[in-house]
Order: sequence, then structure tokens, then C-alpha cells
Amino acid sequence: MTDLPIADRRAEPRGTDRRRTTREPFVEFQNVAKAYGPKQVLRDANLTVYRGEVLVILGGSGSGKSVTLRHMLGLEAPDSGRIIVEEEDITDLPEQELYRVRKKFGMLFQSAALFDSMSVFENIAFPLREHTEMSEEEIARAVREKLELVNLHHAEQLMPVSLSGGMRKRVGLARAIVLDPKMILYDEPTTGLDPITGQVINELIIDLQSKLNVTSVVVTHDIHSAFSVGDRIAFLNHGTFEWIGTMDQARVSDDSDLRAFLKASAVTAAQPEMKRPGEAVSD
Amino acid sequence: MSSITSNLAAPTSPFRSFLQRTGERTERALFYVGGISDLAVQTVREAVRGPIESRLVIAQFEQVGVRSLSIVVITSLFIGMVLALQTAYSLEAFGVKMFIGKVVSLSLVRELGPVLMSLMVGGRVGAGIAAEIGTMKVTEQIDALRAMATSPVRKLVVPKVLATTIMFPVMTVVSIFIGILGGWLIAVANLHLPGNFYMRSVVETVHYNDLASGLGKTFFFGFAVGLIACYNGLRTSGGADGVGRATTVTVVMGAITVLILDFFLTKLFLLAF
Repeated sequence: MTDLPIADRRAEPRGTDRRRTTREPFVEFQNVAKAYGPKQVLRDANLTVYRGEVLVILGGSGSGKSVTLRHMLGLEAPDSGRIIVEEEDITDLPEQELYRVRKKFGMLFQSAALFDSMSVFENIAFPLREHTEMSEEEIARAVREKLELVNLHHAEQLMPVSLSGGMRKRVGLARAIVLDPKMILYDEPTTGLDPITGQVINELIIDLQSKLNVTSVVVTHDIHSAFSVGDRIAFLNHGTFEWIGTMDQARVSDDSDLRAFLKASAVTAAQPEMKRPGEAVSD
Repeated sequence: MSSITSNLAAPTSPFRSFLQRTGERTERALFYVGGISDLAVQTVREAVRGPIESRLVIAQFEQVGVRSLSIVVITSLFIGMVLALQTAYSLEAFGVKMFIGKVVSLSLVRELGPVLMSLMVGGRVGAGIAAEIGTMKVTEQIDALRAMATSPVRKLVVPKVLATTIMFPVMTVVSIFIGILGGWLIAVANLHLPGNFYMRSVVETVHYNDLASGLGKTFFFGFAVGLIACYNGLRTSGGADGVGRATTVTVVMGAITVLILDFFLTKLFLLAF
């Protein structure tokens, strides 16, 4: 297993009681299926996210990772199966009812999804203005506090268009946590970022996890990110969670698809330059 | 044998494929109308439930009204002038050129002002709304709103539809006024009629029911154009290409809807007034 990724996190290693991980389910997927036209994205998917943990959903492009996150938030409804959030079945809830459930979540979108017409400050203040009775002074204090957490205190008056990819993700993260959600969903947090910025985001996720003591789900196909931040891995393949286990178990797993995925990802990550066509990849 | 069986099984007869295509298009059209109707109900419900954010509505008033003012003034002025020229050409044959004020004003108030203004402003505003919401959709900003427990209908659709519904009649008043002014310019400068005679015939001709009929229609035009633009924006998919498609569909659907609604509303208002 020497070519499988080794956790390179700079914070404390997983498996310690760095956070209060419990066996109390926060989100459950029960036999969830979802198709878009002829493409069956999820089929009989079963998953439990426990309170306090960081679950990494790993899988290839188009395997349904982001779709899984969207189902957790109720942004998509499954064709069949049930989705339970804190013991409440949200599967058939109408949109108005789902707003109540969504307040438990904060989500960092793949593109950060910042509102173009608003400054960084306005973006982060948006959820506070929508859902709290805070005064402008309190809002300003809360926004600056969150910007401080993501190391962007100098950027509050900038517009999203003038931010780099990494800064956009950090602003998106600050906006996701501004209402102090119970659960944070990260959709490909390091995709499209250079390795150093990606590592900054990973460290930020770990840092927030220990400071805010939340439950997190990180969707990624970046295994270095996965092993840096996760407690457990759920490997999504062919529409089902084919393998679920801890990071240590993942390293010694005999699931052939997971091993192939981890191995391919490790090899890709280890190659600084593109291989020439036809050139063999050495083990 | 196998080829005979496969030929029998294949639904490839031209008539059959025509029926299939027609069926699919009808289904799509019904889904489209159903989707817009659903959005209309949601929009009215959210507007009634409130609170309506006046800041957002005022920003949309500026977008729909103030920024469309130049296009309305220019088109209305020239429509009024052309209408006066054409009317004079026709009336001259009967020696009743002096009725030009009556014909121009009545045409503008009852039909041309409301419809042409709605087509012009509807195209401009509808395309803008569809492009804005469509871009928000493909860049996940609409999902971000929903994820933050905020209704996109309340935040985006209600202010825009409210603005189009209220500003279309206002812009129509401007359009009618400028159009009559254009007719006056031609009457005085080209046809050498006395200016006050033209204006007096306008005032004597246009009654409240003409204004009510003309302006009444534009509330519906504004509501429909705003709603169609928002709906097409919200169902955008496929990146920049999708935004372009949503914008085009909005302009075409908006124009067709205005013209169809115009016929039925004119029938209705003729009965009412």
C-alpha cells in the first residue's frame, strides 16, 4: 500500500478525540435513487452521517457526489427512498418547510456561488439580514469575525469578480458558517485550486471543524484533501456507496474499485507533468 | 427473417414519427405553460404574504422604467411622426386632413402606444431579466439562495414582476404623450395645420374609456413579460449557451404573448368599456 495516500494533515491526526464524534445519526440516506432522464445517478444509496464527524464522499466525476449533497439540503428530491435529517423525514417536505431544515446547514458550493452584485461583506451579511434581527453593528461584527476565521479580514469591500479562486472559496465558506450551522457541506472545496491554496482550504476545514464543532460532509475526488480532512470515507461508485469506513480502513481496504480509485488518484497526484501518450504508469 | 421482424418492430413510419414528435412538442408546451402558471401562483402568493422588499422593487423600477426611457421616447416620437404622415396621406384623398389629430391620438392611446411600448420595453427588459437570473442559475447562485433558506421567488421574481407590472402602464403614458407630440410636429411642420387645433382635437377625441382600455392592457402585458423572463431564467441550464437560449426564448415568447393577449384583452375591454 505504499502508493496509497498518507494523511499529511498538519493538525492532530484523526482517531483522537480532537472533536466530539458520536454515533448519533445526523443525516441518513435510506435506499435513495435518483435519475436524470436515462442516467441513473443514485441507485439504492444508503449512508449515515454521524454528528460531529467529517465524512468524505469520494468518487469519480459524474458519480453523483454533488447530487448527494443537494439531496441532503433538499435542493433535489429523490425518485425513491427516504432522507432523514435529525430524525425528521425531509423527503416529501414542501419548499417552505425545507427552508426551516436548510437553516441547519451551511454549504460551500463548488464555484463558491457568491452573489456577483454584492461585495464580500454583503455576501456574508446576506444570511444574517435574511434570518436574524441583528442590528447593522452586530452584523458588521459577525461578518468581520467570520472573515477573520477564513483569514480574509482585508477583503470585505472587494467585489467577487476581483477575488482569486481560493479567496472566493474562503468567502463562500465564511458565508456558509455565518449562521453557525450544525452541519457544513463542502462541494469540491479544493477543485480548481493550486496545491498550496488547496492545502490552505484543507487546513481551514480542519480548523473550523475544531473551532465550531460541527458535522461536515466533504465531497471531493482529491484524495489528498480527503485524507487530510476526513474521519470516514464513503466511496460512491455506480450510484451506490460501495464502501464506507475509516481512513485507516480505507488504506488497507480490499475493495477493488476503491483501491483502483485511490491508486489512480495517488499516481496522478504524484506526476508533476503529463505522461506522454502510450507511456506506462509505473507502480 | 430477423430483418423482417426488426422492420416490423421499428416505429419509423413517417406518420408515426410525426405523431411522436407532435406529442413530444405538445407535452413540452404543456409543461412550459404549467411551469409558468405555477410560478405565477407562487409569485402572487409571495407578494400577498410579504414582506415585499421596497429597496429591491425600487431598484427594479429604475431598471425597467428609467433605463428604458430613451428607447421609449425615441421609438414613440418616430411612431407618432410616421403615423401622422401615413394618416395625412390617406385622409388627404378625402379632403379631411384636419382629422389627423383624432386618428393619431386614438390609434396611439388604444393600440399602438400600449402594444409597441410593451414589445420594445418587453424585449429589452425581458432579455435583461432572463440573462441575469439565467446567469445566477448556471453559476449556482440560485441554489445558494435556496440553500440559505431564501426563496428565489420572493427575492428575485416578486420585485421584477411587480416592477414590470407597474412600470409598463407608466411607460405607456410616456409613450402615448411622446407619440402625440410626434404627430403634432408633423401636423405643424409638414402639413401646416395650426398646433392648437391639433391639440384640441386630441383632447376632444380621447375619452377616459380609451385610456382605461389602452393602459389596462399594459398591466397584463407587464405581468406576463416579467413572469416569462423570470421563468426562462430560472429554468436555464447549460452554461453560457443556455443563458443565450433563455434570453432568445424570452424575447420571442414575450412578443408573441403580448400580441395574443392584446387580441383577447381588446375584445374584453370593448365589451367592458
